[in-house]
Amino acid sequence: MSEKDKEKKQSKNISRRSFIKGVGTGTVAATVAPAILVGDEKAAEAQTDEAVASAKIQLNINEEVTEIEVEARTTLLSVLRDGIDTTGNNVDLTGAKLICDKGECGGCTVLVDGKPVYACMMLAMGAQGKQITTVEGIANGDDLHPVQEAFIKHDALMCGFCTPGFVVSSVALLNENNKPTIAEIKEGLSGNTCRCGTYPFIFDAVETASQEM
Amino acid sequence: MASWGEASQSRLIGKRITRLSGKDKVTGKAKYTYDINRPSMLYARILRSDVAHANVIDIDLSRAEELPGVKAVLPIIEVGKKLRYQGQEIAAVAAETDDIAKDALRLIFVDLEELPFVVTEEDALAEGAPQIRDWVGNKSNPGTNEKGEVEIGFNEAAVTVEAKYHTPVQTHVCLETHGNVAEWTDDQNLTVWASTQAVFGVRDDLAGRFELPANQVRVITEHMGGGFGSKFGAGVEGRTAVQLAKITGQPVKLMLTRRAEHLVAGNRPSMTQHVKAGASRDGRLIAYDMRGYGTGGISSGAGFQAPYVYSVDNIRTERFNVTINAGNQRAMRAPGHPQGAFAMDSLMDELAEKLGMNPLEFRRINDPSEVRQAQYTLGAQEIGWHRRNTIPGSGTGVKKHGIGVGSGLWGGGGGRGTQARVTINADGTVEAVTGTQDIGTGIRTAIAIIVAEEFGLTPTDIAVKVGDSGHGLRSGGSGGSQTTASVAPVIKTAAEAAIQKLFEHVAPLLQAPVDDLRVGNGTIYVASDRTKTVTWHQATGLLGMESISEGGNWDQELRQHGVAGTQFAEVEVDTETGNVQVIKIVAVQDCGLAINRLTTESQINGGVIMGLGQTLLEERIMDPLTGRMLNANLEDYKVPGTYEIPEIKSIVFDTHRKVTGVGEPPCIPTLGAIANAVYNAIGVRIRELPITPDKVLTALAQKKA
Repeated sequence: MSEKDKEKKQSKNISRRSFIKGVGTGTVAATVAPAILVGDEKAAEAQTDEAVASAKIQLNINEEVTEIEVEARTTLLSVLRDGIDTTGNNVDLTGAKLICDKGECGGCTVLVDGKPVYACMMLAMGAQGKQITTVEGIANGDDLHPVQEAFIKHDALMCGFCTPGFVVSSVALLNENNKPTIAEIKEGLSGNTCRCGTYPFIFDAVETASQEM
Repeated sequence: MASWGEASQSRLIGKRITRLSGKDKVTGKAKYTYDINRPSMLYARILRSDVAHANVIDIDLSRAEELPGVKAVLPIIEVGKKLRYQGQEIAAVAAETDDIAKDALRLIFVDLEELPFVVTEEDALAEGAPQIRDWVGNKSNPGTNEKGEVEIGFNEAAVTVEAKYHTPVQTHVCLETHGNVAEWTDDQNLTVWASTQAVFGVRDDLAGRFELPANQVRVITEHMGGGFGSKFGAGVEGRTAVQLAKITGQPVKLMLTRRAEHLVAGNRPSMTQHVKAGASRDGRLIAYDMRGYGTGGISSGAGFQAPYVYSVDNIRTERFNVTINAGNQRAMRAPGHPQGAFAMDSLMDELAEKLGMNPLEFRRINDPSEVRQAQYTLGAQEIGWHRRNTIPGSGTGVKKHGIGVGSGLWGGGGGRGTQARVTINADGTVEAVTGTQDIGTGIRTAIAIIVAEEFGLTPTDIAVKVGDSGHGLRSGGSGGSQTTASVAPVIKTAAEAAIQKLFEHVAPLLQAPVDDLRVGNGTIYVASDRTKTVTWHQATGLLGMESISEGGNWDQELRQHGVAGTQFAEVEVDTETGNVQVIKIVAVQDCGLAINRLTTESQINGGVIMGLGQTLLEERIMDPLTGRMLNANLEDYKVPGTYEIPEIKSIVFDTHRKVTGVGEPPCIPTLGAIANAVYNAIGVRIRELPITPDKVLTALAQKKA
């Protein structure tokens, strides 16, 4: 590699890292370019050749501390769904779903310090020191949260793939506003997408839950 | 004769019962294919064509193979072959993490010679257009249909309408993308977790391709995140996952990306109709002449219903398929019906207006279905049909309201081919096992309701096992709204046979003939002397070391084929922004005997919302310059969200007690109802879906001019 090429590569690395730093809980994993088809070797190297920074971090998930080694690019969602902790166990919190992978559908919604966050849009490293609650942590043991009870009662789910995201968003909404109007429910859940068309019964469920909270 | 009995006698059937899978789904415990994590599992990804048409000159996999963490790289297309659409599979990788698999795709180098392409129907049909298939032209031979004498019909017609109607390609947008987890337990036994509507279809597909006896392939679909007609065979991704698992000796997960899901995992074909129709002065539809086409992408299959629902004496139709360089169509919720319904119901309103007739009255004259005639009355009352604008567009103010109506029909009568087993164990537990799968429709709960009704138990007492080919009890794919009507009769007859067997054990104890025994609330008692009773557990205790295990048969008397539906829509059109807000939909849906009224209502809501999406939002946008889909994501491809949802009044129209399917039919009448309501609001007709603000504003501007 020529001196010039090295320089070029280095500058690329720096800019990429500072980009990651700058964006924080942003969109690094989501902005990965589509597959390069025809011989764009330089771009390919830029994406894969450099040593990918990794670190051992601790995450507080559902009131338990999980220690896990992650790369800079690893998303919180990836840790929850696919992560293997330092003791070799699967994290296996697959309630949060990977659906759009770029913050468009809300299927991966979790609570971070009580606020709803798209786990596909948050880097794992950025989640250190925060309280993460996934759909698996919403119930109190076997006692379901009123939102969960109401979702079952009103059949606010069909295939159920978007349901964890809606449950978490609904809990977040009711924590902020425990007597929402229908317009406020629609606004509060506007970041979540369902394809089966469960919305009307979700609205009913959130209303019912609000009366019981 | 077999029957579901009187409504007054049913404790459970026809009531609102929460689904068995509810708790697992709201707590995140429900495991979908995407959620399966196996020990030492690898992650696979597919490199896809980013161009619409090209010759493959060379594929270099070596750099990808060298990347640490990559376990296998598999070419899918051969050098020398053609890539015929964006998204077509080139090669696949399996790696230790998903991120490594992503990296590896970037290290696959493909030399392509790009070829001329067409990605729109217009370009494909243009003179001198590149012919994109070597063996046949872009335009198929037309299929024609004639009935009566269409010219005589037009001669007699008092009014005629000529119009062009168009619906674009819609994609399924399954939230769980297509995919599989494949694991070889040894070189002769394969287990696959599949996101599918047909566990046995996938089993047979893979057994054939990997030359295994079918019973050595086990396909599991415990929960499934949406299919809508697009998830039947194993697909390229399924076969690739199995092959990669074979090469590496490790389990492999291969799920499509969101982008690939839009590009290659199926779509509803487009439709373009040039139609002329005529009606007599007294309101009879007497002539219908239609020339139309659609595209199903690189394959054929762009069929649609025309004419639709209403009777016409004189018909002439000609339709053909247009091939373009885009991913294949697949069955999508009521294939051919929603687009056909949109055109037909728009046409009906246009004719009615020319006749100076109330569009509902015009439908009543031409609709042969007694069920829909009754539904018109019910729906009109519920929506307040009298509130519609007698003169379309005559409302005042910026936001104008309108009301419209649309109709539909479907089959859904099921068929033979389901094996099931209902087992009563000595400890009182009950199992119902069959080869169907619960794709979100609630068949698992419906099965439990039927068995619990027969046994005098509650649905949660029944362990229902579906979505697993491992038990060998076959059932068909969940398509065509056939599941309930195929499965329910078999489950019911199996449960009847099982309880008869239990009665035979109980009869001596209660000193009563078998046919005098009945089930009650967790008990078995003597009908003629209700003081003689045993609890369920006392009864099953009589079985000793045995179990009762009975199969069933598909008794046609228990199901019906053919459902009718009608919907009324009220919309509000903002004449400044062009935005259409649906205020209310009244859906009157023939449901046969709704086993579970709660999940039936869910299905109706779902159909209406998908129909609303097709009417107002959804469209695959192809770029004629680059050959690429411009909106292969969930940001730019719009599906209905919370703000679009109207009040939906679903009326379960169940005038008889035979089961049928309602998965598909409620998505059909929505299109015409909304489109006609928009016309009623603004007085300008929009004949091309989706009815987006730009089209509304353009139409209003043209009206003004």
